[in-house]
Amino acid sequence: MCSTLKFECETGNYHTFCPISCVAWLYQKISDSFFLVIGTKTCGYFLQNALGVMIFAEPRYAMAELEEGDISAQLHDFDELKRLCFQIHQDRNPSVIVWIGTCTTEIIKMDLEGMAPKIEQMIGCPIIVARANGLDYAFTQGEDTVLAAMAHRCPEYHQNHPNLVLFGSLPNTVANQLTGELANQGIHVSGWLPESRYEELPELGPGVFVCGVNPFLSRTATTLMRRRKCQLIGAPFPIGPDGTRAWIEKICQVLNIQPQNLDQRENSIWESLQPYISLIKGRSVFFMGDNLLEISLARFLVRCGMIVYEIGIPYMDKRFQASELSLLEKTCQQMNVSLPRIVEKPDNYNQVQRIRSLQPDLVITGLAHSNPLEARGITTKWSVEFTFAQIHGFTNARDILELVTRPLRRNNHLKDLGWSDLVQDSSLI
Amino acid sequence: MKLAYWMYAGPAHIGTLRVASSFKNVHGIMHAPLGDDYFNVMRSMLERERDFTPVTASIVDRYVLARGSQEKVVENITRKDKEEKPDLIVLTPTCTSSILQEDLQNFIRRAQASTDSDILLADVNHYRVNEFQAADRTLEQIISFYVRSNPNEIVQTKKPSANILGIFTLGFHHQHDCREIYRLLKDLGIEINLVIPEGCAVTDLKKLTKAWINIVPYREIGLMAAKFLEKEYKMPYISTTPMGLVETAAWIRQICKQTNSQMDYEQYIDHQTRFVSQAAWFSRSIDCQNLTGKKALVFGDATHAAAITKILVREMGINVCCAGTYCQHDGDWFREQVQAFCDQVLITDDHTRVGNMIAEIEPAAIFGTQMERHVGKRLDIPCGVISAPIHIQNFPLSYRPFLGYEGTNQIADLVYNSFTLGMEDHLLEIFGGHDVKTVITKNLSTDLIWESSAMEELQKIPGFVRNRIKRNTEKFARSRKLEKITVEVMYAAKEALGA
Repeated sequence: MCSTLKFECETGNYHTFCPISCVAWLYQKISDSFFLVIGTKTCGYFLQNALGVMIFAEPRYAMAELEEGDISAQLHDFDELKRLCFQIHQDRNPSVIVWIGTCTTEIIKMDLEGMAPKIEQMIGCPIIVARANGLDYAFTQGEDTVLAAMAHRCPEYHQNHPNLVLFGSLPNTVANQLTGELANQGIHVSGWLPESRYEELPELGPGVFVCGVNPFLSRTATTLMRRRKCQLIGAPFPIGPDGTRAWIEKICQVLNIQPQNLDQRENSIWESLQPYISLIKGRSVFFMGDNLLEISLARFLVRCGMIVYEIGIPYMDKRFQASELSLLEKTCQQMNVSLPRIVEKPDNYNQVQRIRSLQPDLVITGLAHSNPLEARGITTKWSVEFTFAQIHGFTNARDILELVTRPLRRNNHLKDLGWSDLVQDSSLI
Repeated sequence: MKLAYWMYAGPAHIGTLRVASSFKNVHGIMHAPLGDDYFNVMRSMLERERDFTPVTASIVDRYVLARGSQEKVVENITRKDKEEKPDLIVLTPTCTSSILQEDLQNFIRRAQASTDSDILLADVNHYRVNEFQAADRTLEQIISFYVRSNPNEIVQTKKPSANILGIFTLGFHHQHDCREIYRLLKDLGIEINLVIPEGCAVTDLKKLTKAWINIVPYREIGLMAAKFLEKEYKMPYISTTPMGLVETAAWIRQICKQTNSQMDYEQYIDHQTRFVSQAAWFSRSIDCQNLTGKKALVFGDATHAAAITKILVREMGINVCCAGTYCQHDGDWFREQVQAFCDQVLITDDHTRVGNMIAEIEPAAIFGTQMERHVGKRLDIPCGVISAPIHIQNFPLSYRPFLGYEGTNQIADLVYNSFTLGMEDHLLEIFGGHDVKTVITKNLSTDLIWESSAMEELQKIPGFVRNRIKRNTEKFARSRKLEKITVEVMYAAKEALGA
């Protein structure tokens, strides 16, 4: 049994969503925004298929589809973007237009940051530029690039007494729940980045404490510290009752407050989770890795009594996730299980070989591998659901386990039928 | 730059990957950034594919941008060669690699030295062609590569035989259609030589020219390969789509003529049409009288939209107000096919134009893609889905061909169920509908005053046509410069507009 976490790095041949997918949840969160993805048919096709029915509900996002003339610079990109933004401004009148730069704008070196301020002035509507491209980022990191860009637009904070701002996009009910948990400790949350309206962005500056709610927000954290001179509270993330408790404790500690009744609150949640825990206790789990929530989820599942074989993760910021990593270590010791291997930039092919030899009880993976693994008798849960479900705070711990146990519960029903292996040539696994 | 929310046809590399992954033991490698392998999700989810999709990405990241792919593509090819031992590896460019302008052909040459697999670079330009054109081209490319590399004289099969070109993964009801064609050909005494590309091994392609004819069921994919084989190997092809009774009969006649069939195929056609398929009888049965002259709009790929338009008009007596396709590259063919059958032809890949057309025409039913289904939902008009783009519910488990005689039954059901059922229609008209919903104003009318008696009369009209009546009445009132709508105005409008 190794005593410290080991980090490995593979080839980066893994499946994940393109980071432009962040528009899916961000346009819904920021209700007066409009997202313009400047890219090609490939980007459009991905969004249209990944977002499914949302497309048909007149979403507040669109593609600025680059054509051959744009690539070969026969068309003037400034005029083109100006034309489209004028149109959007006229048709939708948003409070902010967010340009999402893509791989193509990177390669042809389209100067989005240079053009945005000029067009912003001409149409009188703020334009924010985020480079959420697949060359540099994976899936949820898209949100990170948008929030980092948005942090520059927050008004300056001028008061003397310290203030707390939380960052990370959460559904409004979940944000309210977390705000409420802190209010129970006498802590006032003065704002969120992002708020549900662009016009309500929180004030930032020296004297403001900031704390993240999601593990993939490292650029935002850096921007808040370096550019807005805020003080970062490095805490584990409020995922699972253990994470939520540690998160609140850390904030209390920094703000010099003695936490009240946290023990009882956490215990009563664990109590209510017992039926789920009895289903997964002693079972093994394998994270293939695609959304950066993996460390926090693994830590929670270890605390629930599961054995984690491998945590695949697209990108590991050891500084931003430091508290989360040490809580994972502590939890493994406390539960007396060996530390999982953490594999950054995993290689899906190699992972499938490892899954074959380990035969874990549950594989948490993307949609590309779920059905093929299920056909080979391996139980899977698709990871994307964790991104869209409500998983933060005490209240939503149940939802995480609802997701984790669903395939196990389903397969429990089917297990005696004798047809769990459904491929003809099962030599592959 | 074009402002776009939605597209009918995907990017080029999707077409190439659909061809590559339909073949047995062929591996696709995309030269693409992280996240572009969404094709694997679609195949695994929509097709509910049990096997790992044989597609990987050779990732283009920041380093590749700075230094070029260098060894990376070559390494990925040789690695896949060792791991999966495919017969063929297809390297496909994406929009990203199109503009990087790396010499991918050179990578392939280098990889060839150390691999057992054949390797091809898909000859597609992201900015010039769409999914269908790319698939068509890639299929031709693979076929010509394997047919040409086996120049030995090949003898035709003794009995008449056919290749079916263009059965694909993620195709609209392709698996079912393929089975139906197989059944038809068996009835006609024609053997199937190869089905390409679904489930076909590229090593079998050398047998391709043994067949007497090639059959291309869908125009979008397979026509290029068929033309190539006709030109180089004198193989005749049949590109009629056997969809609907008339076209299926035409298809059978062509096949039998091309193969010098000795059987009495006219008798076979007659028997199948009148007694095996239920569609001919069904459209004659009194229940279907209510469909006479009902307005419909058709939109989809060229193959399906043209075929369905002809079926609706010729075989069911429905009035197609507008037939359209998003296959702009095939627009001339489409226009020629449907011109005589519909009031107007719409060729566009802009879904908002299609939506506006639907709103303007207000047909009683739409036959289109998933996009038209959603437009229909918004406007309260039923829609039957007849073409890609499609969702998971369009990959049914049960047997649902669109082609052949069983296909005619399926289409008849689809059409019939899409219109409000006949008797129900009557009862609603007589008794004023099941619902007591008040009029929802979806339009901009605020300048007109509805008298209360007229409003009451409007409430008596069945819910599903009420909005149309309301709009028509208002249109009429405006054209006559009337400010107040009375019961009399409503009746006058009905007489004038036939609403």
